[in-house]
Amino acid sequence: MPELDPMAEIRASFFIECEELLEALQDGLETMAEDSGDLETINVVFRAVHSIKGGAGAFGLEALVRFAHRYETVLDAVRSHVMVADGDAIKLFFRAADHLSDLVRESRDNGVLPEAEGNAILTQLDALLGDNGVEEVEETEIDFQPMGLALDLGLPDLDALPPAGPAEFTIHFTPQPELYETGNEPFMILRNLAELGPCEVTCTTENVPLLRDCVSNGGYLAWTVKLCADISQDDIIAVFDFVEGLCDLTIESMQSAPSSKVSPALPDLPPLQDEPPRQIVPEAPAPMPAARSDTPATPKAKAATQPAAKAVVRVDLDRIERLVNLVGELVINQAMLSQSLESSGLSPHSDSMNGLEEFQRLTRDIQDSVMMIRAQPVKSLFQRMSRIVRECSAAVRKDVRLVTEGDTTEVDKTVIERLSDPLTHMIRNAVDHGLETTEDRRAAGKPEQGVVKLTAAHRSGRVIIEVSDDGGGINRPKVQQIAAKKGLIAADANLSDVEIDNLLFLPGFSTATEVSNLSGRGVGMDVVRNAIQSLGGRITITSSPGTGTTFSISLPLTLAVLDGMVVHVAGETMVLPLNLVIETLTIDHDNLEQTRPGMNVVRVRGEFVSLFDLGVELGYRSAQESYLDSVVLLIADEAGSRAALIVDEIQDQRQVVIKGLDESFYRAPGIAAATILGDGQIALILDPADIIAQAQSNASVLSPKLMEMTQ
Amino acid sequence: MSVTSPSSPVELLTFRLSDQEYSLDIMCVREIRGWTRTTPLPHAPSYMKGVINLRGTVLPVMDLAERLGLPPREHTDRNVIIVVKFEETMTGLLVDAVSDIIALTSSDLQPPPDAASNGGVGIIKALTLLDDRMIRVLELSEVVPPPQRDAA
Repeated sequence: MPELDPMAEIRASFFIECEELLEALQDGLETMAEDSGDLETINVVFRAVHSIKGGAGAFGLEALVRFAHRYETVLDAVRSHVMVADGDAIKLFFRAADHLSDLVRESRDNGVLPEAEGNAILTQLDALLGDNGVEEVEETEIDFQPMGLALDLGLPDLDALPPAGPAEFTIHFTPQPELYETGNEPFMILRNLAELGPCEVTCTTENVPLLRDCVSNGGYLAWTVKLCADISQDDIIAVFDFVEGLCDLTIESMQSAPSSKVSPALPDLPPLQDEPPRQIVPEAPAPMPAARSDTPATPKAKAATQPAAKAVVRVDLDRIERLVNLVGELVINQAMLSQSLESSGLSPHSDSMNGLEEFQRLTRDIQDSVMMIRAQPVKSLFQRMSRIVRECSAAVRKDVRLVTEGDTTEVDKTVIERLSDPLTHMIRNAVDHGLETTEDRRAAGKPEQGVVKLTAAHRSGRVIIEVSDDGGGINRPKVQQIAAKKGLIAADANLSDVEIDNLLFLPGFSTATEVSNLSGRGVGMDVVRNAIQSLGGRITITSSPGTGTTFSISLPLTLAVLDGMVVHVAGETMVLPLNLVIETLTIDHDNLEQTRPGMNVVRVRGEFVSLFDLGVELGYRSAQESYLDSVVLLIADEAGSRAALIVDEIQDQRQVVIKGLDESFYRAPGIAAATILGDGQIALILDPADIIAQAQSNASVLSPKLMEMTQ
Repeated sequence: MSVTSPSSPVELLTFRLSDQEYSLDIMCVREIRGWTRTTPLPHAPSYMKGVINLRGTVLPVMDLAERLGLPPREHTDRNVIIVVKFEETMTGLLVDAVSDIIALTSSDLQPPPDAASNGGVGIIKALTLLDDRMIRVLELSEVVPPPQRDAA
């Protein structure tokens, strides 16, 4: 690859920064929308727009600068209380923010800038200002206004302490042996101190032992330095930078006598707030030996006062991918090793086996940590959704508010990316179909503003994402009627509520009587369900008439590993996703029933479940004479329908690393992916829902023949 | 697929399928592995032998003889898998035995007579003679992608 243009690199990082700023902007606007916002929130919003403008200016992105500038002008008016941001204004701000993010994206991709829309928004923004009679005068002054950060909480008094004039410091400096071991030299430090101002150095020799007790590389000397200079404590601390933690250091500032008397109001708490390793004890309260003894408690104090800034490293996604792959290899290798050690007949209490156990634990820890690197909060996803709600509610003229919960929930990055489309669709559905029109809501005695709620949470190793609306709920008779009309179900079918709700997921189903340009463009809930299932997830509906509908998505935390049940079928080893296996049982005379030749059911607690031979369904063997004493796995797919699969043997339950199958070549039905077993062999990971669907369609294809035969 | 100047050098890996000799451009061959048991894929076409573990990736393996329509035969320990890379896809081709690497110039290659190429639909792109034996040069792009590129 040719070397990158350094400017291009800076430009790229500007756009990454823009993403963060836009996120902050969204956040700020949301806070403003909720409680009209305090000054700090407005400042955050203003600063975000302002920083985007600044960066855009540097890269000559004219359109972006122009828009951001006028947007910023209006925000500044709000900030300086010239105008009040009411509901309509905030809605406009949201639109402007959306437009700004469009502009950022188009500028990044060198796309076409949507000028017309921008101008419309600008006109409205200007109109806001016009009402309040603000003209753009102070534009230059507002440019950089440092904001008071909330840092000063911990150390107000230290700031108050040093008044002007030369201060006198007493520095007690006791090197520890480590200081000498690391090649530091007290003399240099003392000399550097002397450079700060006139010093008076006394060496404390009282700790020097008798010669016969002396250790040649011990450190026995300590110094007391009286320094008189017009400097701050930090300057002194800087001298000791290199020996931090290698010496006992106390600095007392003797601020001209009065100050110690002025400040008795702050007796003992303030000093500890400062840099923890060295005890800087201001002169006023003198009991410094006491203060010195309680050192280890202090380091936390400072961290606590600064909650916000978390150190973050930006890493190329490719590197993470490589790491994930390597860890996958490690897991496989670990499994191979443990398998070969086990087969070598070592005692389980031998050192090797114990070591192996430790190794397994470590591998698992590494794996978890690596997966955590890929995890991201769903916040960015949710913010995109809030835009969808805004645009979509405007299109269907409904007043809709999006409430999000748990947007800090972390999910694998790939899951988030692939969740965007289905979620967009569900949100659109909720706004378009889920919520009633404003008139209907009024008639039903509900508040006019509809609420769409988007929540995320971790629940028992999975992520649950719910989209709910407070609309009229699913109109079940209508759903059934439509399904019947489209020939998806028999006209006189007697369905339970859950079954009717699940009709929504059938391909080719769409309830909207007229196709709006919003949802119902031929992409139905079946596409959503497929997308969710391809992520290893499940989707379910709950709905109650009059109060709303909830779609609940349950997703695995990561796509890279899977908790699987390892089984043997017809000489092959296969893996079933453990979360689909409800229970295992053995077939005997009592629970095996035949509904018709070639079609068996198994009775599980009074319920009949169709029975399939996995080996037959996969085409590995022909049907067996008798299935008595076979092992059966009872599985449930996303829709809640159950099936029983016959396997030869259950081998194990374990985590497996998912390896994608190259499907450009041949897509095996009923197979989701593959994994590599401990012996290096590949095992296929089954997609039971697919197998059952296939088996059932096969069975129904068979049935007409059976009918003929019986007649 | 590529049009080369008449004298450009070509290196071919030759191998046997039943009693016939075939060859592939050496540049698309990644490695040659001994036969290992494959994990069969359900309901796969008969030439799809299944998948094997190639240092942590899942490699599909096809029986080249069956892919070309030769009669199926028993596998022996001498069978090898030639790992080829076409575009970005790696595939294993199961062959009876690898014979040699031969260096030719492109002028040594003859286009197959029309009649022969009709049957194989261009799967054989050239023929050449080596010590009086005919060696078929395979067109990898015809061998590797699925007959129908569905899912589009």
